[in-house]
Amino acid sequence: MKKLLVLSAFAAMLASGTALADTSGKKIAFSNNYAGNSWRQAMLDSYGIVTKKAVEDKIVAAADVFTTADKEVPTQAAQVQNLILQGYDAIVINAASPDALNGAIKQACDANIVVVSFDGIVTEPCAYRVVVDFKDMGKQEVEQMAKFQPKGGNLLEIRGLAGTSIDDAIHAGILEGVAAHPEFKIVGSVTGDWDQTTAQKAVATILPSLPDVVGIVDQGGDGYGAAQAFAAANKPRPTIIMGNRQDELKWWKEQKEKDGYKTWSASIAPGVSTLAFWVAQQVLDGRKDIPHDLLVPYLAFTQDDFEAALPKIKEGGVATHEYTQEEAIAAIKANIK
Amino acid sequence: MTAIAPGTLPKSSQRGSAARARLLRGLLPALSLALVLMAIAWLNPRAISYFGFNLMLNLAIPIALATIAQMFVIAGNELDLSIGTFVGFVGCVTATWLRDAPLLGIFVLLGSIGVYALLGALIHLRNLPSIVVTLGMSFVWQGLAILILPKPGGKAPDWLLSIMSFKPPYIPFPILAALLIAAVVHFGLMRTSYGVILRGSGGNAAALRRAGWSLLKTKIVLFALTGLFGVLSGMALIGITTSADANIGNGYTLLSIAGVILGGGEFVGGRVSPIGAVLGALTLALAASPLLTFMHIPPDWQVAANGAILIIVLAARVLISRRER
Repeated sequence: MKKLLVLSAFAAMLASGTALADTSGKKIAFSNNYAGNSWRQAMLDSYGIVTKKAVEDKIVAAADVFTTADKEVPTQAAQVQNLILQGYDAIVINAASPDALNGAIKQACDANIVVVSFDGIVTEPCAYRVVVDFKDMGKQEVEQMAKFQPKGGNLLEIRGLAGTSIDDAIHAGILEGVAAHPEFKIVGSVTGDWDQTTAQKAVATILPSLPDVVGIVDQGGDGYGAAQAFAAANKPRPTIIMGNRQDELKWWKEQKEKDGYKTWSASIAPGVSTLAFWVAQQVLDGRKDIPHDLLVPYLAFTQDDFEAALPKIKEGGVATHEYTQEEAIAAIKANIK
Repeated sequence: MTAIAPGTLPKSSQRGSAARARLLRGLLPALSLALVLMAIAWLNPRAISYFGFNLMLNLAIPIALATIAQMFVIAGNELDLSIGTFVGFVGCVTATWLRDAPLLGIFVLLGSIGVYALLGALIHLRNLPSIVVTLGMSFVWQGLAILILPKPGGKAPDWLLSIMSFKPPYIPFPILAALLIAAVVHFGLMRTSYGVILRGSGGNAAALRRAGWSLLKTKIVLFALTGLFGVLSGMALIGITTSADANIGNGYTLLSIAGVILGGGEFVGGRVSPIGAVLGALTLALAASPLLTFMHIPPDWQVAANGAILIIVLAARVLISRRER
């Protein structure tokens, strides 16, 4: 009898169309493969703020965070499998590899678990992907560079973590941009791993062998390190594209105040983790119309607006934007064509 | 007992305590595995099931194979710091050439085992430290892997996928595979006469040489076996993940060394145990991930907790082997 009541109530809810399934009993896990840089820390902070409130407001029952000790794919695959065993209803994931986790992701889908990936996305069709157009970001870097260095010249490229999809996409975008702007030539390429210290070391090592460069195209998290390497070698300061990190924007501000230094800054907002969380919540809520690939814009700052954003970023952090449930629903709506 | 001076202790009791210590040492890998399993059962009873073991342990198969690979070089008093990136390289070959051009794929994989054999010869003939040679090789394998697969992708051959997703009745596949690996290697290394020679090359190389055995040959065989099990590990890994990534195996180098030591092996002296190594690999795989996930540790502490679990497990092993001396 009770079952019948529940069923009929459920049917009524479906019929009314507006009221949706309740997610207050649902548990969402976050599988994160790396926490060792400022971007990832900001991502975890944003996620923590939004999900803590969601749990307090009884929107979901639990939103636990799991970080693997290394950046390795097998560790994260094992972690996803353990989350399946734990009985979570949804898994939000920043994946170590777009393809190599597909086996574990498929197992999760087969166990009726909603999987939402972002930043480091997964290609398994059953999962949702919150993607930023990294290729366009790379292309845009060269476009912006053309504004600051209209005469063109030599460029140095700083790559991210080798073998990752993000590094590959930004790099492809940069190559496309350079192809469209033949006045630029990439004369050197180093690996900065999205980390200021690594980038500084890498740039310092290649600097003596480089001809004069007018600009640096990079992937964020490496601009300040590159600036330090140039300063240490007493080389003229090129136009360095920034990546929304607090230390990068602060350096930019100092240089701007000194001699009107101009550049551009862009990166994926770490708060996109919260969008992924809301997408998972919306799917658990019974929404069937959400496309599996959601495109979100990257966060960019120009000469005019970066100083206003700077005080809001905490020391050592990254410019971010945390999504509210309403904003997330709007972002989903923008993707439904 | 205190009344008896140490010098007057009967010989038999000394031998008895040594045997006890040896037994304890042999049992330790099994004990630590049982402990970790008990902890998991207590934290999440749901995990102790056919489905649960399949999920928790299937990624332990490639770790066990990599640990066996590492065990062969350790048996010859060497260390292989390149096994992780080698597994990644094999993974990239498996997900690309082995599927699209099987002959080329098989040729490359056999060739890479040949490279391992040559490394063994080089290390022996030039008397080079294996740590330096294999550290160098780790960058070579990593570079080759990125060349083959610049961005993650590829797909495992279908036959490999069906092997790794095999669901035998009653006993979960990973457990069956672990038993098979342990049995085969145990028989080959501990029960055959050439297995004794191989271990002897690490235990007492001078005696072997005087007895007329070629140390060059033993080193080549040990390294080739490492290459062979590295290839098996990479293929098993890709069979589970379905797709490859140039960085996929990087963590295996340290895991495999820890697995050998946890399984009762020693860095020098040719003292290794294949069964222990497989158990050690399973313990590490379980302790590192499922146990940690089920413990609900705050995210800030998870990375440190993972390290702490490894240290506790390895420390127990060290305490017991010290008692033996």
